[in-house]
Amino acid sequence: MKRKDPDLLLFHAPLLRQGMTTPKAMRDVLYALAPATLASLWFFGLSAALILGACIAGAVAAEWLFAQREARGESLRDASGILTGLLLGLTLPPGLPLWMAFLGGFVGISLGKAIWGGLGHNLFNPALLGRAFLLATFPIAMTTWVPINVDGGFLDVYPGNLALPFMQAGADGVTAATPLGMMKFEHTVTPLADLAFGKVSGSLGETSGLLLLLGGIFLWLRRDLDWRIPVSILLTVLVFSAALSMVDAARFPTPLFSVFSGGLLLGAIYMATDPVTSPITPKGAWIFGTGTGVLVMLIRVFGGLPEGVMYAILLMNAATPLIDRYTQPRVFGRGAESK
Amino acid sequence: MKKNESYEEFVKGVWRDNPVFVQVLGMCPMLAVTNSAINAIAMGLATFFVLVGSSILVSSFRHWIPKQVRISCFIIIIATFVTIADYTLLALVPKVHKELGAFIPLIVANCLILGRQEAFASRYPTRLAVFDAMGMAAGFLLALFSLGAVREILGDGALFGVKLFGENFEPWVIMILPPGGFLTLGVILLFFNWFKYKKDEFLAEVAEAERSS
Repeated sequence: MKRKDPDLLLFHAPLLRQGMTTPKAMRDVLYALAPATLASLWFFGLSAALILGACIAGAVAAEWLFAQREARGESLRDASGILTGLLLGLTLPPGLPLWMAFLGGFVGISLGKAIWGGLGHNLFNPALLGRAFLLATFPIAMTTWVPINVDGGFLDVYPGNLALPFMQAGADGVTAATPLGMMKFEHTVTPLADLAFGKVSGSLGETSGLLLLLGGIFLWLRRDLDWRIPVSILLTVLVFSAALSMVDAARFPTPLFSVFSGGLLLGAIYMATDPVTSPITPKGAWIFGTGTGVLVMLIRVFGGLPEGVMYAILLMNAATPLIDRYTQPRVFGRGAESK
Repeated sequence: MKKNESYEEFVKGVWRDNPVFVQVLGMCPMLAVTNSAINAIAMGLATFFVLVGSSILVSSFRHWIPKQVRISCFIIIIATFVTIADYTLLALVPKVHKELGAFIPLIVANCLILGRQEAFASRYPTRLAVFDAMGMAAGFLLALFSLGAVREILGDGALFGVKLFGENFEPWVIMILPPGGFLTLGVILLFFNWFKYKKDEFLAEVAEAERSS
């Protein structure tokens, strides 16, 4: 009994509709990552496209395989699988064999999301979990960095990419150290301009800091991310490294170097802010961001690895339920002591 | 009839009530020593010997063991067999014995073994107890071997030390490390549960079809 033009329209609550839905939010992040993705294509040529494609294929394959048969279209349509694949791809070294990239995407979605119960139920960021798995499984391939593709043509592919499944990349090609690796093991400082515009060796998405910031500002304007998390992470890193470089400027990196090098911007803006695995409350977001920043600096400066963004975020992901529990806002009308 | 009964007791341990995949018992050796197929087999055989031996003794002595102190009696019997297994392995395959290390004495604490004594051997005649123990131990051996084989193939590109994929294989380092044990066991359990779920679904469908016809 539906009439086209009824005299009286009856709705039940909620009457206030928000335009924001999960697929929309996911798509916004994809748009925000577009400049950095294009930059990675610019710097690394076809290899970047192949690696990103393999990661996305792996993630979407897992998404499809583990979804309920009747909900398959639904779980693919919200674009979260594609986003996970893209984020994972941006954290990988450009010379990685493609089958490893595919495996990383598959593991990220299956172990990082599907077995927890799907989107919204996972404890850890799926993209970072995929990367952690790859780093623990193939430590050599995951830390072999190739120089950026300055003189070569767009169609030049790094030979490591095309290794057959389950086979090694082989010891070929030129390798280059990342700025953080040089800082840690050789004490050479990379010029800040190179870091900001991305003329450095590193994983696909961590090279160009400014483009990542640009995407972050877009997300903030669209209200897709909690600005407290990236701001508190970056502030903590700035303060921490400022204090360290005051102690010994020769040994420790300058604050701006710390912010622009490595995967810090990528992690702080796009991964730590994952709404599923970060605290809900504003106070919790500050704690989460500060903790991540401190862990990043501790691992970078005092740990054995040159880069610690991934483990810092994963560790704080684990602490998120606890942070959420202790930062619940006071219920209106109740005293602080009657909790 | 009699023969059928013992067959039932044997098969239940291998498949339907598999100690690892269904009852999730004996996780300590399961995760610790399955980083290669040969270690897994050695562990499985040692457990087989201990479980069958102690089941025979416990079930033959079941009328004489006082109820109040039965657990300590079981433990003494099990420990005897573990000691025998320990020294036998040391004498026959010292290399494997060294790799298994503390996990051979720890067979004594394997809850699968004590569980079978308490739940089965101390209540049933010796013949059935032997078949039950053999079934359970074979199931345990099967589980250890499947885990060890998967981990060695992925982690080393080899099975029983024989290279399968040539020199260029990229080893999955994580599979040899402890997390690999958890991951592999988790994936195998996933498949067992999925299989059980599908089977239940199928049985329900069959029952539905029978009712409507």
